[in-house]
Amino acid sequence: MSEPAEKAVKTVQIDSHAINFGPQHPAAHGVLRLILEMDGEVVERADPHIGLLHRGTEKLIEYKTYIQATPYFDRLDYVSPMTQEHAFVLATEKLLGIEAPERAKWIRTLFSEITRVLNHLLNLTTYALDCGAITPSLWGFEEREVLMEFHEAACGARLHANYFRPGGVAKDLPVGLEERIAAWAEKFPNFIDDLEGLLTSNRIWKQRTVDIGIMTPEQALAWGFSGPCIRASGIPWDLRRAQPYEMYDKVAFKVPVGRNGDCYDRYLIRIAEMRESVSIIKQCLAAMKPGPVKVQDRKFTPPTRREMKRSMEALIHHFKLYTEGFHVPAGASYTAVEAPKGEFGVYLVSDGTNRPYRCKIRATGFAHLQAIETMAKGHMLADAVAIIGSIDIVFGEIDR
Amino acid sequence: MVDLEAVAGLPGVTSTRMDGNEAVALVAREALVTVMTALRDDPRFAFEQVMDIAGVDWPQRAERFDVVYNLLSVTKNHRLRVIVATDGTTAVPSVHEVWPVATWWEREAWDLFGVVFSGQPDLRRILTDYGFEGHPLRKDFPLTGHVEVRYDDERKSVVHEPVRLVQDFRNFDFLSPWEAMTTLPGDEKAHAQRVDGETPKGEAPKGGTA
Repeated sequence: MSEPAEKAVKTVQIDSHAINFGPQHPAAHGVLRLILEMDGEVVERADPHIGLLHRGTEKLIEYKTYIQATPYFDRLDYVSPMTQEHAFVLATEKLLGIEAPERAKWIRTLFSEITRVLNHLLNLTTYALDCGAITPSLWGFEEREVLMEFHEAACGARLHANYFRPGGVAKDLPVGLEERIAAWAEKFPNFIDDLEGLLTSNRIWKQRTVDIGIMTPEQALAWGFSGPCIRASGIPWDLRRAQPYEMYDKVAFKVPVGRNGDCYDRYLIRIAEMRESVSIIKQCLAAMKPGPVKVQDRKFTPPTRREMKRSMEALIHHFKLYTEGFHVPAGASYTAVEAPKGEFGVYLVSDGTNRPYRCKIRATGFAHLQAIETMAKGHMLADAVAIIGSIDIVFGEIDR
Repeated sequence: MVDLEAVAGLPGVTSTRMDGNEAVALVAREALVTVMTALRDDPRFAFEQVMDIAGVDWPQRAERFDVVYNLLSVTKNHRLRVIVATDGTTAVPSVHEVWPVATWWEREAWDLFGVVFSGQPDLRRILTDYGFEGHPLRKDFPLTGHVEVRYDDERKSVVHEPVRLVQDFRNFDFLSPWEAMTTLPGDEKAHAQRVDGETPKGEAPKGGTA
């Protein structure tokens, strides 16, 4: 009830102000603390604070044998566990100088692609959820559950597989799984069509993603992009094609490449990649033949349970493998695989003992997240959410 | 495959070698930025990307840290590993002006190993907690760390306390004497002969796996 004359002219200066996005924010895909300096609704500066999920994985691995270290890789990017194991297993095999038998390689290729679908399903649907579309995530999680069952059938765990081992895979696929995967691969493209029906030409979805967070090819290279993100920027780079590992040189697949490098292109690339993955899965199933799934050298892979109960030598091998593990010749290797999120690398240094001397994990999202300031600058706050969704970050991997 | 001879010809590259099928170049610290710029801009190399920067700790060496840069060329489809050695106080020139992505990896190497990067304007800790002390990936840093964190209900805040373990951390040494320790007690003479004498053809030198 004061007089209006007294508070007549009052200049209010609105500074750019900082807001805390996270650490607990549903759109942060984990524990990301993003300090955003805003000018009104426009992002001026973005400073991600990471490490809230840091568990010291690299340090822990230095105190574990090579076999004990594999499960840690499931817990990095828990959305695509098997591809992370793959990088470590390949690095170990390279240093050991062993090669997995053919069937194991097909199984690994098969499950790498299943993992890719698994990852893209989660990413695309939650990315849509961040932008306001709820239905894709409801549908996507149902499909993911089917794939999780394949994981469970192969290794007994839905998420933390620990299935790939140096020298092969833990055990052969159970009877009937190949047929189940084949049946799934026949009908899954219909689901991709349904998902695309919800999003691809959806007006709101396009308004939220087209021309948002553009990365030019030069920027994408300078910021260490890889995987779908670099392909969306128009660089046809895929490790499965360029530096083939496992059976990728024996399967035919297309590498989708984007044109604009915006959030919408990153979405389209992942959709196209899922279709290619299904094609690779079918080719793997067609090419797989019965055979051993582990290196038949008991110094590296354990004997069967039945053998172990009957043979003294097998028992000794089993005991030595699960206590001491194998010794890896001294050397170092940087081995990278095309994980669903991009290049996932392991720089493994061995000093000739049974434990890694140093195991540096090259997390894909680490590089992508760093570029968020470049991408989000000048965009609205809500666009920052779309950008975070589009670069597919998982903090288990970034924080290690 | 990258032309290693051409890499060796760059001023500042002290030596090159093949590690398995991976190309490695050791570079003098002072020349790092010029070598890296040449590796990026020279069309023979065209390393547009640095995929990873890793620290490695070798405490027994005078220059105990290796900083390992894994470079990738997407146009030439080859990789190169560049290694620079440093100690705990001497700064390594930052390459963030060559590849902006290097900033976070340099921050990580600083955080986990205590490697200093000169010319890096943003050398903050990145992975460890706010107010963390020490560099956890150094070999002399214990696995259990020094402090533990818990929520104190009386003080209504998170408190940091020295680590208390109910049971000591057990670090098993599995290096069996007949594999790692090549000289058994009382066997010194025989061992000296074995080492000095030539290794029979087709047999690897002793010291590896049995």
